[in-house]
Amino acid sequence: MELVLDIKDLVVHYETEDADVAAVNGISLAIGKKRTLGLVGETGAGKTTTALSIMNLVPDPPGVIKNGSITLAGNDVLAMNDEQLEAMRGNDVAMIFQDPMTALNPVMTVGEQIAESLELHQNMTPEEALEKAKEMLKLVGIAETRAYDYPHQFSGGMKQRVVIAIALACSPKLLIADEPTTALDVTIQAQVLELMKDLINNRDMAMLLITHSLGVVAEVCDDMAVMYAGRIVEKGTVDDVFNNMRHPYTEGLFNSLPNLKEQGEMLEPIKGLMPDPADLPPGCAFAPRCPYATEACTAAVPELESVDGSATHFVACQAYSRPGFALRRNKDGK
Amino acid sequence: MANNPLLVIENLTKYFNTAAGQLHAVDGVSFTLEEGKTLGIVGESGCGKSTTGRCILKLIEPTSGKIIFQGNDITKLSRREMRPLRQKMQMVFQDPFSSLDPRQTVMQLISEPIIEHNLIKGKEAIEARTLELMRTVGLAERYVNVYPHELDGGRRQRIGIARALAMNPKIIVCDEPVSALDVSIQAQILNLLKQLQKDLGLTYIFITHDLSVVKYFSDDIAVMYMGTMVEKAPASVLFKNPLHPYTKALLSAIPLPIVGKDKPKRQVIKGEITAPINLPDACRFMKRCDCPVAGVCDKGNPVLRELEPNHFVACSCLK
Repeated sequence: MELVLDIKDLVVHYETEDADVAAVNGISLAIGKKRTLGLVGETGAGKTTTALSIMNLVPDPPGVIKNGSITLAGNDVLAMNDEQLEAMRGNDVAMIFQDPMTALNPVMTVGEQIAESLELHQNMTPEEALEKAKEMLKLVGIAETRAYDYPHQFSGGMKQRVVIAIALACSPKLLIADEPTTALDVTIQAQVLELMKDLINNRDMAMLLITHSLGVVAEVCDDMAVMYAGRIVEKGTVDDVFNNMRHPYTEGLFNSLPNLKEQGEMLEPIKGLMPDPADLPPGCAFAPRCPYATEACTAAVPELESVDGSATHFVACQAYSRPGFALRRNKDGK
Repeated sequence: MANNPLLVIENLTKYFNTAAGQLHAVDGVSFTLEEGKTLGIVGESGCGKSTTGRCILKLIEPTSGKIIFQGNDITKLSRREMRPLRQKMQMVFQDPFSSLDPRQTVMQLISEPIIEHNLIKGKEAIEARTLELMRTVGLAERYVNVYPHELDGGRRQRIGIARALAMNPKIIVCDEPVSALDVSIQAQILNLLKQLQKDLGLTYIFITHDLSVVKYFSDDIAVMYMGTMVEKAPASVLFKNPLHPYTKALLSAIPLPIVGKDKPKRQVIKGEITAPINLPDACRFMKRCDCPVAGVCDKGNPVLRELEPNHFVACSCLK
């Protein structure tokens, strides 16, 4: 399979005067053409830092990419100079942010905003770019005539469509979407997810979707990786992870969801809180919250290992070295 | 206890005057709520669910309608007359980051309502009550002198809940109490609210856009659309047998965390909510509905009718 993005052993720290914050601690990810990878985790897991690294946009200082390689469409992102990065951002890779209200320029028409990157990256004349901008609007389900309107004249869902049109205008190879539908209402979220799924398929792109919602992952992703405290604890196809999950943290996330439960039953939240990334516990970072943890878990950081020899499904959990170990969920046959 | 409800809302309306015309934020909402029960109010942004919650607590004055609390009509009460009642009607807000004074410690935050309403006298008694409240909501005693910015969202929301509980309320209006929190923390707060209801006999009005949360939590669920209630039913009934086309679409739009053959097919509705200004006399959902009937749906905005026992729907097309 042709890889659009290949991240190997990425380590990113934020070094401030008070602390050395270990935001990303050695993650490896790959996304192939027409595939969508969901990166799941809670606030502070390092999802957004990972995404920013791909565009080499980690704020420096305090952010430092300490180790690893990022290959985007065959090019080494971390070796690029500023000029090459400028050419790459918005052209080969585009990003959609959570909040469409603040991602748009309030004093430019949406047509101009879509045309801007086309003029810059594809050397189009302003007239050509505006024509293409109208085409893009049509593609995301907005009437061409609205190209002359300003962002405040659009609703939240429409603004996010405009942001998608801007991101896709230059036909990027990779689209990074950071919580693209979190700020939208549920019926509008459904519309936008549907649109994104179609566009990825029809335009031969790849997508990295960052979200905390397992429902959204089930809806649009092919593969997924679960992040905890800057590490990937489990990855695989969505079928692997949803129907055959192996990591205790993944199990905890699913147990916390209200919609699977019958009414009246108590939810089973994960006890405690995510550890402070400036002061990670030794060994497995999830061990202090893990219902299955033993002393062996604090001895060393577990490596991602294949689940039963699977080529797609990997889990980083020391407990599987114990004979007969299984998650409660898998034992009960739920 | 059906003949002795804690709260009765009759035909509640709230109109705002805007430059574009009169905005019908809440338009003829009625329901009754028995003690110890939970009513979930669901809907998308701008449907009037928060305005309804605020009108019930008289944080904003309703335009018309009646609010009857414990048998007394409180609609026309002045701010001064409302003051003793405030103790019994509390609110928990969405954002635990902006709803707490950043310059007060946890002790000050939780004891403030006790002192303000003169519930307990004497410094020691107030401190003891504050610590008791902290235990009730699961805040460790070591946090007593810290400031909100030192705490995560879940703990801050626990402070918000403790402040509401300080008054020994009868009813708490929870406006999106877990929307700003991560899933694992969300579950902790939902469990806490549920436990408190069991222990203290609280009545909740639970306002949220997240249908999965209300399903878990509510006895009855009311679905709002553009200021009106379009469907109201016991939670289990609403999820199993939704009747209004909007409720169906709303349920179908939830992204379910299921992969594989059990995954239900999704139905995506077209269009968006528009502001309820200068409304024609027709069904407000008609423009987005996939089965509008000419000559029926454009003749008057339908009112709630009881189509099955305890299952109310506002749709002219349904018999």
